[in-house]
Amino acid sequence: MDDHVHTTPEDEHDSAYSGLLVNDAHWAFGAAPVPDGHGEDPLAGVDTTIPDGVDAATLATYALMLGDDALVMSHRLSEWTSNAPDLEDDIALSNISLDLLGQARLLLARAAKADASVVPVLPEGSPVPPEDALAFFREAQDFRNVRLAELVNGDFAEATVRVLLFSTWRLAIFERLRASRDHVLAAVAAKGVKELAYHRDYSARWFVTLAQGTDESRRRLLAALDLLWPLWPELFDTHAFEAAAAAAGVGVDPTSVREAAEGVLEQVLAAADVPRPEAPRRVGVLGRTGRDGMHGEPLGRMLAEMQSVARAHPLGQW
Amino acid sequence: MRLMSRTPLQRARRAAESVTDPELPMLTLLDLGVLRDVDVVGDSHVVVDITPTYSGCPAMAAMRDDLVRELRGAGFDRVDVRVCLDPAWTTDWITPEGRAALAAAGISPPGPAPSSDGPIPLTLLPTARQVRCPQCESPATELVSEFGSTACKAQYRCTSCLEPFDHVKEI
Repeated sequence: MDDHVHTTPEDEHDSAYSGLLVNDAHWAFGAAPVPDGHGEDPLAGVDTTIPDGVDAATLATYALMLGDDALVMSHRLSEWTSNAPDLEDDIALSNISLDLLGQARLLLARAAKADASVVPVLPEGSPVPPEDALAFFREAQDFRNVRLAELVNGDFAEATVRVLLFSTWRLAIFERLRASRDHVLAAVAAKGVKELAYHRDYSARWFVTLAQGTDESRRRLLAALDLLWPLWPELFDTHAFEAAAAAAGVGVDPTSVREAAEGVLEQVLAAADVPRPEAPRRVGVLGRTGRDGMHGEPLGRMLAEMQSVARAHPLGQW
Repeated sequence: MRLMSRTPLQRARRAAESVTDPELPMLTLLDLGVLRDVDVVGDSHVVVDITPTYSGCPAMAAMRDDLVRELRGAGFDRVDVRVCLDPAWTTDWITPEGRAALAAAGISPPGPAPSSDGPIPLTLLPTARQVRCPQCESPATELVSEFGSTACKAQYRCTSCLEPFDHVKEI
């Protein structure tokens, strides 16, 4: 350490490094590994018992759907880091991305605990935890996220509209998921509601600001809304696994939150003086959409980048 | 030899309660409300429950490692750190000592957390908070952004002394 940073007593007060050299046990990286800790299991000590009468595959697939929505949306938002119009919004989008990544980690871990057969098999001796195996070692057609999350990023207005639609819908789902019979899903939802409320308010305020700003900001906002609107109805489709999870009391039927989500969106549109778009929904391919693993080409390219390092080193220790 | 006269539970509590938050080092995990329970379950075996502040809080792994290190140092060979997701952490759990430590470090402590039961109302105007500047104590402050240097903080600025500062946002 002395070789890298040398301070004399006289200049210590002015050195930006001096504060870093005390109490360095706090630094996570470079600290001695913990031999008998629980490693990194995000659900260590959490009751992951499957509730009575619930099919393990149904619970796992439902958790994967919610987890994949968060993971893919998180990654797209992370691509904004260092690219946003100003520092405050760069930090805001990164924070939203981080919240969603945390939700994704818990939900993918929950899926793996409910039904280990959903987790890709890695080479023997691989230290990759199950939630990472799900994130980094599945193909695009195994992802069950809604297609809204995966689109290639546009301008800041597009990010604003996407976060507004996504968080309005997800918050409506999570408000009800708090009553899930599954302890993990209920807990993830109870925490997620608080986070998503900040995401929704942030994007709704920017939506109004851009709509009521300059001609150019309004033009861009309306263009973004027209672009994304065809994917809004897909969020409220009920997939067979969602229907089964809802019937078992562990999940939420998306159709049941449509009215609540539309009500919130109407408030934002009214405050922004933006008419509700009329563009028809984007149909699936042979009736299949994101929940069925039917995605647009951009998801494959996004995953290729997101997964490349993990796949190159399946035995890697991070 | 006062140390020897403490019970194992007292020793474990004292060690666990001394661990500080990696991102808010002026706060112990106890002050922050992240440390939920400490229990000695057997010969030199201690179980600690912690709760994450935010789902994606990157400090959880560091907190876990720090707890294990401190408790090992206090003579416990086996340390289990469990994650407690329910009930979800709220800023209302930050202790009065913790709030004082935040303010002393130039960070505005949180007000009462909003209720998160039932439908969450949409808020189109900046969150109404009565935030005082931690530097000059002026009430003339304005919100810069609801998202700050860590997941748990918003950015403010004081319109009297013009200093920017962090505010721990209510959840």
